[in-house]
Amino acid sequence: MTGHAPAKRPNQLFRNLNSKIASIPMILIAVGIFFGGSIWTIIYSFTNSKLLPRMSFVGLDQYERLWSTSRWIISIQNLAIYGILSLIFSLLIGFMLAALMDQKIRFESAFRTIFLYPFALSFIVTGLVWQWILNPEFGVQGIVRSLGWESFTFDPLYNPDIVIYGILIAGLWQGTGLVMCLMLAGLRGIDEDIWKASRVDGIPMWRTYLFIVIPMMRPVFITTLVIIASGIVKVYDLVVAQTSGGPGNASEVPAKYVYDYMFQAQNLGQGFAASTMMLLTVAIIIIPWAYLEFGGKKRG
Amino acid sequence: MFTRAFAAALAATVVLPLGAAQATDLEVTHWWTSGGEAAAVAELAKAFDATGNKWIDGAIAGAGSTARPIMISRITGGDPMAATQFNHGRQAQELVEAGLMRDLTAVAEEGNWKEVIKPSSLLDSCTLDGKIYCVPVNIHSWQWLWLSNAAFEQAGVPVPKDWNEFVAAAPKLREAGIQPLALGGQAWQAGGLFDTLVLSLGGKEVYQSVYVDKDADVAAGPEMAKVFEAAAQARDMAAGSNVQDWNQATNMVITGKAGGQVMGDWAQGEFQIAGQVAGEDYSCLPGLGVSPYITTGGDAFYFPILDDEEKSKAQDVLAQSMLDPATQVAFNLKKGSLPVRGDVDLAAANDCMKKGLEIVAQGNALTSTDQLLSADSQKQKEDLLTEFFASTSMSPEAAQERLADIISSAD
Repeated sequence: MTGHAPAKRPNQLFRNLNSKIASIPMILIAVGIFFGGSIWTIIYSFTNSKLLPRMSFVGLDQYERLWSTSRWIISIQNLAIYGILSLIFSLLIGFMLAALMDQKIRFESAFRTIFLYPFALSFIVTGLVWQWILNPEFGVQGIVRSLGWESFTFDPLYNPDIVIYGILIAGLWQGTGLVMCLMLAGLRGIDEDIWKASRVDGIPMWRTYLFIVIPMMRPVFITTLVIIASGIVKVYDLVVAQTSGGPGNASEVPAKYVYDYMFQAQNLGQGFAASTMMLLTVAIIIIPWAYLEFGGKKRG
Repeated sequence: MFTRAFAAALAATVVLPLGAAQATDLEVTHWWTSGGEAAAVAELAKAFDATGNKWIDGAIAGAGSTARPIMISRITGGDPMAATQFNHGRQAQELVEAGLMRDLTAVAEEGNWKEVIKPSSLLDSCTLDGKIYCVPVNIHSWQWLWLSNAAFEQAGVPVPKDWNEFVAAAPKLREAGIQPLALGGQAWQAGGLFDTLVLSLGGKEVYQSVYVDKDADVAAGPEMAKVFEAAAQARDMAAGSNVQDWNQATNMVITGKAGGQVMGDWAQGEFQIAGQVAGEDYSCLPGLGVSPYITTGGDAFYFPILDDEEKSKAQDVLAQSMLDPATQVAFNLKKGSLPVRGDVDLAAANDCMKKGLEIVAQGNALTSTDQLLSADSQKQKEDLLTEFFASTSMSPEAAQERLADIISSAD
């Protein structure tokens, strides 16, 4: 396609025709199921649907009820705490581990397997394992007490004030391995010459990481961010397995509210309103980011 | 667990058409999976198989809250089972209204259900527009206080005769290193405990005006304030339970680690399995020993409409066999619940069951909250109470205000 422009440009629609035909099913699924389903949900969130969906509009009633429900407020707060901390810590720990692994250590693949192993477990298994580890009678607290420290107390899952951190620990244990792998791949993609050059210039290693390598790893960070963030918004099974939202409703999360109200309380309208709020939250984060990333001027 | 149960349920439907040769196979879904419950279901299956048909067991593991969404989605999704368990009351109301359930009025008239089913409120909650849509199979009541005799002996206090003595004995139990009140962490347990306090300590009138008439003024009034005070006491007594499931909490009572538990009569099955004897190893106080009223909820079977003629006929047979007097006795003895027929002989019942039967015979049986409130209102109430019971800072007044709010918009 280099050189002089052809006299008559081929119709843009028919360029790469094969790949366009091949992607039609995916386009239909995306538009029909994701988009159509979302629109349907949003419309029905303005109705008073109970067990079965029905078209009887009640305006913003479901949303008013949602935002005056203390369980929903608690869910949002929990998601914020869990989200922000798990974003920070999984990036931090993941990058640290990757940087350490990148020092040409021995048995690297063994360490990599160990760190990545938790990711092979489902959230349900992770939740159960950590439920047992944090159980005051059989877990950490029990072991430390049996060693002689009788007054030692560590029971995050039974303390409403700190239960969300107990869940955070399990979430980090499961997720940092993957972040480490992604980061390690990013680090390996950095040209060896960059390191040589910085060494010649006498730049300390930490500064090289901070000011040269990390900015160069921007695409990896973006990918990781999206993967972590989507995992945070939909966190559900971990909470169900670990605490079922307890004690009380101190560890509830929005996704669990949606499920419980749609199916246990048989109130579809309320569940739809809650899931629409979740969608809105995601949209508020994603749209400006996508605009910055893909819109405006194209990056080279 | 959820997906596996779902897969099992799916697999059962695939197997169904293959096996249907001469005798009609009916798939029955339920959530009775613990030891005593499974034994009880086997009695129902045996009775139905004796009619020449075949019971295909579709047990769904997990509690009712796990099983009901699966059942409902199968019925609304066009893949109905032949019969399914729900609790009495309003859980299946919309499915009936949507015309997805079979009308059993003819079978009911033939079997004279209106006469034999006691209390009649059980059949009333199966009835919509004068037609009967479900078969009640047992009566469960919530208002029981189960006490460990060994725990009180260890603490050096006599076994309480009512709730107030129990509260008074709590500090002694704590001193002896015994958990006064065992309470599992699941939301429905906190809700059930509270409703029991409303009926037993608040009294029948308060219970009726709050849950039947949905009177928000009474819910915010001084009578309910007393109930919330008692709930706050119960909260202090339950602090430190650190268990989730109801049977783990019951186990604390069985082993003498806890003084008592407020739980429905299904807890009795656990004491039986552990080989304990009522009156010797444990005591039971219906109505918390304060007021002799119990609420009667329980389980009922619904029969989704099927296209197959043969199966529809077999559904009628199944409905009949579930209410057969012999089946009722065999089933309920294993389940630990009371039979729905007033005309059967329960000589084999133990002391606690007899106490319950007496209360029902006196006509002191009230409708349970499952029948009075929609699943939505029940859930809101549970959310509030589980928050209250787990919290250390929420005052009884604040909780009462929120309950009054829920009652004012309840349906």
